[in-house]
Amino acid sequence: MDLFLQLTLAGLAIGSIYSCVALAVVMIYQATDHFNFAQGEMAMFSTYVAWTLVGLGAPVWLAFLLAVGISFLAGVVIERVIVKPVENAPVLNQVIVFIGLLVIFNAAAGWIWEFTIKPFPSLFPEDLGFKSTLIGPHHLGVIALTLGVLALVFAFFRFTRVGLAMRAAAANPDSARLVGISVGWMLALGWGLAASIGAVGGILVAPIVYLEPNMMAGVLLYGFAGALLGGVSSPGGAVLGGLVVGVLENWVGQYVPGGSELKLTFALILIVGVLVFKPAGLFGRVVVRRV
Amino acid sequence: MDRPNPVTPRLLAGFGAAVLFAAVVPHLVSDFTSFQFTQAMAYGIALLGLNILTGYNGQFSIGHSAFYAVGAYTAAILLYHFEWNHYATLPVAALAAFAVGFLFGLPALRLEGLYLALATFAFAVATPQLLKFDALEHWTGGVQGLFVPKPEPLIEGLSADQSLYYVTLAVMVFLMAVAWCLLHSRSGRAIMAIRDNPIAASTMGINTALYKTTTFGISAMYTGVAGALSVFVTEFVAPDAFNFFLAVNLLVGSVVGGIVSIPGVIFGGLFLVFVPNFAQDISRAYPFVPPPWAIFGIFLILAMYFVPFGVWGAVERGFAWWKRKSAAGR
Amino acid sequence: MRIRNMLAAAAAAALLAGTAHGADMTGITDTTIKIGNTNPYSGPASVYSVIGKTISAYFKMVNDMGGIQGRQIDFISLDDGYSPPRTVEQVRKLVEQEQVAFLFQTLGTPTNSAIHRYVNAKKVPHLFVATGASKWGQPDKFPWTMGFQPTYDVEGETYAKYVLENVEDPKIAILFQNDDYGKDYRDGFLHGLGDKADELVVSMLPYEVTDPTVDSQVLKMKESGANVFFNITIPKFAAQAIRKSCEIEWKPVHLLNNVSSSVGATLSPAGLDCSKGLITAQYIKDPVDPQWQDDAGFKEWVGFMEKHMPGSDLTDANYAYGYNVSRLLHIMLDGCEDLSREGIMACAANLKDIELPLLLPGILVNTAPDDFYPVQAVQLSRFDGNGWVLFGGIFDSGK
Repeated sequence: MDLFLQLTLAGLAIGSIYSCVALAVVMIYQATDHFNFAQGEMAMFSTYVAWTLVGLGAPVWLAFLLAVGISFLAGVVIERVIVKPVENAPVLNQVIVFIGLLVIFNAAAGWIWEFTIKPFPSLFPEDLGFKSTLIGPHHLGVIALTLGVLALVFAFFRFTRVGLAMRAAAANPDSARLVGISVGWMLALGWGLAASIGAVGGILVAPIVYLEPNMMAGVLLYGFAGALLGGVSSPGGAVLGGLVVGVLENWVGQYVPGGSELKLTFALILIVGVLVFKPAGLFGRVVVRRV
Repeated sequence: MDRPNPVTPRLLAGFGAAVLFAAVVPHLVSDFTSFQFTQAMAYGIALLGLNILTGYNGQFSIGHSAFYAVGAYTAAILLYHFEWNHYATLPVAALAAFAVGFLFGLPALRLEGLYLALATFAFAVATPQLLKFDALEHWTGGVQGLFVPKPEPLIEGLSADQSLYYVTLAVMVFLMAVAWCLLHSRSGRAIMAIRDNPIAASTMGINTALYKTTTFGISAMYTGVAGALSVFVTEFVAPDAFNFFLAVNLLVGSVVGGIVSIPGVIFGGLFLVFVPNFAQDISRAYPFVPPPWAIFGIFLILAMYFVPFGVWGAVERGFAWWKRKSAAGR
Repeated sequence: MRIRNMLAAAAAAALLAGTAHGADMTGITDTTIKIGNTNPYSGPASVYSVIGKTISAYFKMVNDMGGIQGRQIDFISLDDGYSPPRTVEQVRKLVEQEQVAFLFQTLGTPTNSAIHRYVNAKKVPHLFVATGASKWGQPDKFPWTMGFQPTYDVEGETYAKYVLENVEDPKIAILFQNDDYGKDYRDGFLHGLGDKADELVVSMLPYEVTDPTVDSQVLKMKESGANVFFNITIPKFAAQAIRKSCEIEWKPVHLLNNVSSSVGATLSPAGLDCSKGLITAQYIKDPVDPQWQDDAGFKEWVGFMEKHMPGSDLTDANYAYGYNVSRLLHIMLDGCEDLSREGIMACAANLKDIELPLLLPGILVNTAPDDFYPVQAVQLSRFDGNGWVLFGGIFDSGK
């Protein structure tokens, strides 16, 4: 029973990381109607920026805020300069551009910072006044901060005019244009926001998995899975989806025969299985098509 | 543009000239270059499968590395454990890949767009893990992989590389012709109708489910044949060669060549073999140029800017423009 | 034994000298020696690319100082992205198009496996490959391929011996990477445990390189009640496992594979306090270890790094590895009279008690026509919070 509890808590802890990435994925999907495959590498790059700032002597929270700000600007610039030329191209062309961005960021990070792993300081104090071997302070902090970001994102989309305009621009660009929304800039803004959320994710992940150019590959895979499990149209669903994937992965490894060797395979089969019965994800809206 | 061209004498003549040219190539270049072209053609066959599925039927896949692996391992196991003739393994590899693809197409029916992409991607990610699985190790060679011999030259006087080049060329031409016939048949029109308007297609009485799963199977079959040929070329299979990088590469090749085209796959295959080498040459020539991968990424983005419909799309558009111009001038 | 080897070597050399007439001098001119190499400069294994860069820098230095036997070294290092089909392509390019004299330090087990038969069929020397698998030392079947570092299974056996001799009532947990490298180590270790392996091993868990963390594996191993932990992981996961077991206060006898024994690359990210008590088997002087700071060989390396690779991360033990193996090739070629392919292979197979600047004191390079394992000795050491402290004798599987 103790092991069950430990595995579940450890699953929640790592699941919170997936959630954070899943949230970034859903965020950019809401704001731009696309999945950005370079999301993980952009987050990794942002984390290196924060790491460099810490190395220059900045306190970790300041480095965190600066990196999030820089990532926002970088996201906007990338959309305006690199993604804009394929704005109206078929979706696969955009996917290829994203793959191009992915390899560029990955290679550039290795070129600038080399490939050895780097420890990244946690944003949270080591001593929270209690001690537990079940879940560490950093993991608790990750869950809290992810929920905080979720609340902010939710409020932003729900209660601000810009948020509403962004949703409109993504959902129906033509009508949005007619009511006077600058669709291009809304997309750029969406990229900026997604890059910032990615940066938050990267900086939360790094203390756990260590900073290196391939840090996000595995995390992003599970993050995508979490996002789809929860439903890409639902930020709350994405957070829950990430947590479920984290826990599921641990249970499968322990309780399914052969599971420790085929953990990933089983986890993916389960997710695909869920999707077959709930094609829009657990919490996603089913889009009704008109002929 | 979204449909294969009708047969015209000019098209046939062009095709014949291209095949003739391809037939001379191994005698003009070194064995090594023939080997590179063979690799490119093997990729081309795999891309053809992806084009049929994604370009003509509208189903996304980032998981074709899995079918490539099915074909490759089927051939390797038959060669290694049962010492079959190389070419006899091709139809079996094709069948095995078809079966896996068809079965995979069943759950895929329920999924669309991104969700389908993820399901196929999951399949690609899980493939190396399955190939390493201890219980299958006796057959797959586990993490160590399997060695297979290169096929002996079919005709005396040819080197092994030249012979394999011709075999691959013949298989590719044959499979391109089959694809062309398929897409021009009644079934082909149904396949494309499903892509363009699934609801209208089913109201017209097309059995959407059957067509979609069968197309999945056929697509997998093409890719499986390519996988088997790739084993002859590299003489070795190991699980980690079939990771999701391969799946992503196949998608890249398809789009760069022109995903809604048959001849485009040749350019896609050439791109996959030669552009990384070209990127590396650039990177090696100057000490302060970023690493090869970054340059490859830049090439990808530029390709999307300048040939948005793929190389073949650009060729077709250029041809149409020239035709309009000469018609106007007359 | 040694004398017999030498006699055999002399006989082989005489035989080769006899055939040297029509010897294959591909890649060798009066002014140059062409050497080929593949390395993962892109993709997931890029962490090893510094080895290729170090070798390039080393031979650039050698060229600036006049080359080897008056010949300039043309070292061509190509990117294979750690993908076996790409390795086949690049190696064929090196052999058939670039016409290199021989291949040196091609990196990776699956990648080298893919070209193993090709290079032997082509009779191209395939020297000092950068992998610890045991299959590179089979002169009877593959007379053109030679390894370099102590093999993973020998190292695994060394740990097994240590456990059997020093741990009372061992209950062993093994964490391994699910590929050829992880399984080689694991099998060597199990082999070393002998018949008792089944009862002694209470938990054996794999991980994939794509896994984000190994935290849950560590939890399970603790739960299994193990008091010995054999950690077969690459630096990233090794650091995670060390930190996690420290966090959950699991304190087994912790055996860490040499692959991740770098203080700079693994232990300091994991936390030096948490790393106290780790045991590993070593053959290279760790760059961060304080005990070597005044060592002549170590200073030679630091001098090289500062002059020829300024700005590099000196805590990365891969630079030391690259320097060591370049030095070995340099020494070998310097003393090699017959530079035909057969001659180069004979020279590689007759290395006697060669000292390298960064090998542990007492560990020497030795090869013979029937011994294609250049470095076969390791020594156990324990981490005391600052550096590795060697203990026990040198364990030489070649003797």
